[in-house]
Amino acid sequence: MATVETRNIRKSFGSVQAVNGVDLSTKEGEFLVLLGSSGCGKTTLLRMIAGLEKPTSGEVLIAGEVVNEMPPRARKIAMVFQSYALYPHMTVFKNIAFPLKAQRMGTEAIRQKVEWAAGLFGIELLLHRKPRQLSGGERQRVALARAVVREPAVFLLDEPLSNLDAKLRASARDELQQFQRRIGTTTIYVTHDQVEAMGLGDRIAVMQHGKVRQIGTPMEVYDEPADTFVAAFLGSPPMNLMEGKDCLVGFRPEHFLPKEAFPMTGAAPVPFRVTRLEYLGADRLLYGVLERPFPEQKVIARLPSTVSIPIQPGERYEFVVQEKDLRFFDRDAGHRTEARPLVAQFA
Amino acid sequence: MGPLARLKYWAADRAHFAIVLAFSIFSAFPFYWMIITTFKRNSDLINRDNNPFIFNEPPTLEHLRVLFHDTLYGIWLWNTAFVGVLVVGITLILAVPAGYALARLSGRWGEHLGIGIFLTYLVPPTLLFIPLSKVVVGLGLQDSLWSLVLVYPSFTVPFSTWLLMGFFKAIPRDLEEAAMIDGYSRLGAFAKIVMPISIAGILTVVIFSFTLVMQEFVYALTFISPVKQYTVSVGVPTFLVHGDVYFWGSLMAGCFIASVPIAIVYNFFVDRFIAGFTVGAVK
Amino acid sequence: MKLVQGTAPVKVASRRVTFAHLRDREEWLGPLMIAPAILYIVLVVGFPFFLAIYYSFSDITLGSRSLGFVGLKNFAAVFGNTNFRTALWNTFVFAVGSQLLVLVLANMLALALLKDFRGKWFFRLLILLPWVAPISLGTIGWLWILDSTYSVINWTLQALRIIGPKARLIWLGVPYLAMGSIITVHVWRLLPLATVIILAGLSSIPRDIHDAAQVDGASFWRHYFQITMPLLLPVAMVALLFGVVFAFTDMTVIYVLTRGGPYDTTQVLASLAFFTGVVGGDTAEGAAISLYLFPLLLAVAIAFLRIARRSEVT
Repeated sequence: MATVETRNIRKSFGSVQAVNGVDLSTKEGEFLVLLGSSGCGKTTLLRMIAGLEKPTSGEVLIAGEVVNEMPPRARKIAMVFQSYALYPHMTVFKNIAFPLKAQRMGTEAIRQKVEWAAGLFGIELLLHRKPRQLSGGERQRVALARAVVREPAVFLLDEPLSNLDAKLRASARDELQQFQRRIGTTTIYVTHDQVEAMGLGDRIAVMQHGKVRQIGTPMEVYDEPADTFVAAFLGSPPMNLMEGKDCLVGFRPEHFLPKEAFPMTGAAPVPFRVTRLEYLGADRLLYGVLERPFPEQKVIARLPSTVSIPIQPGERYEFVVQEKDLRFFDRDAGHRTEARPLVAQFA
Repeated sequence: MGPLARLKYWAADRAHFAIVLAFSIFSAFPFYWMIITTFKRNSDLINRDNNPFIFNEPPTLEHLRVLFHDTLYGIWLWNTAFVGVLVVGITLILAVPAGYALARLSGRWGEHLGIGIFLTYLVPPTLLFIPLSKVVVGLGLQDSLWSLVLVYPSFTVPFSTWLLMGFFKAIPRDLEEAAMIDGYSRLGAFAKIVMPISIAGILTVVIFSFTLVMQEFVYALTFISPVKQYTVSVGVPTFLVHGDVYFWGSLMAGCFIASVPIAIVYNFFVDRFIAGFTVGAVK
Repeated sequence: MKLVQGTAPVKVASRRVTFAHLRDREEWLGPLMIAPAILYIVLVVGFPFFLAIYYSFSDITLGSRSLGFVGLKNFAAVFGNTNFRTALWNTFVFAVGSQLLVLVLANMLALALLKDFRGKWFFRLLILLPWVAPISLGTIGWLWILDSTYSVINWTLQALRIIGPKARLIWLGVPYLAMGSIITVHVWRLLPLATVIILAGLSSIPRDIHDAAQVDGASFWRHYFQITMPLLLPVAMVALLFGVVFAFTDMTVIYVLTRGGPYDTTQVLASLAFFTGVVGGDTAEGAAISLYLFPLLLAVAIAFLRIARRSEVT
């Protein structure tokens, strides 16, 4: 087990800054998720940690040691690729045994280890097959088994679930987390899927344009977004942002509820004209615009099915947001600022 | 399916078969012609009233006897195989690493270099054999098969490098990177992963190079004069053609024997050649 | 750790370039892997190539040892020669004619071979034969088929009453027939390679693209010209590139069948260079003729590589 750390790491491809000064540090046995849309630099960052890309500047440390000059094989890491990268000419057994062969382990020891790793993922019966004879889910398990088998200090996973169908993905997510908890190896996991990130990560690093915008537990990044990017990136639908007098005011759709839902609150009512309604079963999504004194701006409300107040499109309702659910951001830089009275912003 | 649709389907099927058949006849006819001529008596061959497609007189083995007993055909076959094996070996040693380096380890300069290497393939033997014959004499290799071993890779290497580069490029990078993480160096990943996966490509290069060696005519004609050192492609047309009197039976036998066996081997690799372009194991 | 020693031995990372070191250094590994091939090509192609250029500016002959510099005299002499201009024209007729035929026929054949049918492997074997057979030997087969006295084609035409019983077509002895014959033999020889390359291209087009076109109700020809052909273009270019290279540089077919005759009507640049430079012994002029070939090939190659790369990008 080990920690991974990057110090002001940068990578540019020609004039493109893929990773632009990232400081990151995992804890022992942590499951850290790098989350961002495609092109944000998360995969490049992972590949630099793996040693597959050379940083333009900055340092990578694994277990406290600078590994910049080490080839991938010397870094005691294992990686699962998005494509799984199973060796097509080898059987599952040989695929899993491959990293052990590199260590010149004895035949019998290899057999035991491979069986152990296969057992972890329930693929003992597939050992004699070739990768092309496997389903997507099975391939993913083989890739994980191959990564686990030599007990690496760090796991690197590059969108390992993105090639699975939705149903399989949910169960694979569950298995992956249980497995990581059990072996307790430090894991860095790259994904663009916020549900995966929230569900799996001990902490999430939200990335944009080669920089980490925020790093924190799922609760922190969701409830206390560090800036408007994180606020808008996480949550579906994302946080509503209103332009106030000297700051941006944000609130989550699920905190924007009809006045009747909070009989006890003293919060100021917000007039909301609903234009469209989506019934999603567990929730209702209400699309509409605010009315004066608030700026005429589109916002979304998300009503859980437990709030059964009837709503009609085209009608005007009084909604409220509790003071504690409001977030304030700098108008220009977008970063969080201190809380202030809502009314003063829209007087 | 309605009767009209069925008729259309049937007609398309027939047309398809007719096309394949016509091309097959066009391609294979000269070889059929070689084999039937091989076993015909001379008197049958020169009688213009006879139907030339069939045996009008009993077949004979005379032409084969002449070929193997009265000519050096067997030695020429051996010479060709000798040069072929050595040239294929040299080609692989030079082209496999070069193709890989061009596919993976070099950026823009590699692309230009790759095109540069390919363009050398365009320099025709008719341009090079004059200076090369002087080089061969300078090295004391004239009239030796070693001169061919030295020179033939000049057309197999550029071609094979180019072909292998394409094969290596088609292999997903992920596979090598996975191997590098699994404990191998770049070179180890190349040997353990890239080479076995591109075995189809490498075999294609082997077969292509070997056939190119068998085909070569101009250099062999220029560098080598002793009949004993001829290759098949030069020996048959120069030694068996005496002025206007052609030993058609033996000629055709010599052509057939040197062509068809390798074609059958080649056929096994065409499948891999075609399939080799897409390695279906990733995703 | 002892602190007694004043200068504790500091372990300095070894900067020696060992093999173990080298195999991780990609900036070294690449050039190192490519160097032997480059070195070989420079020595066995590059050096003789410049030697050939040198010869073309000299008055060297096969027997002589003199290497006097004569400037562009050889090139001028060659170009002033009617034989040369005929050969230049013939080269274009031969190369363009055979390549057009090869491309069209190879497309047809590849489409036919794409489908699965019984005995496919056997027919494919037959179709591949001309490519694998040593060309000089295959051409001898044709020499016998096209023989002036015993041509099987003439016999068949007579048997079918297409030509009279006494009529004979001298396939290799009449200008247009001879050109037609060498083009046919060349097509015969190049068709398998082009077919295999195009077949590979066809098989690599994703299935769903064809399905989509079928769902959209495209007819065979529309489907072919608007879907298959554009996707096939880069691969077809590779086939064409090889074909053109062969057509411009190879002289074996012509050498075995006609030796450039009758009356030089099938003489191409490659064979003219051979007869001038080797048989005629005028090394300098032969080299000059060959060199006329090079810019042409260079232009063709660059053009095709451009087209191929462009269609790969889009």
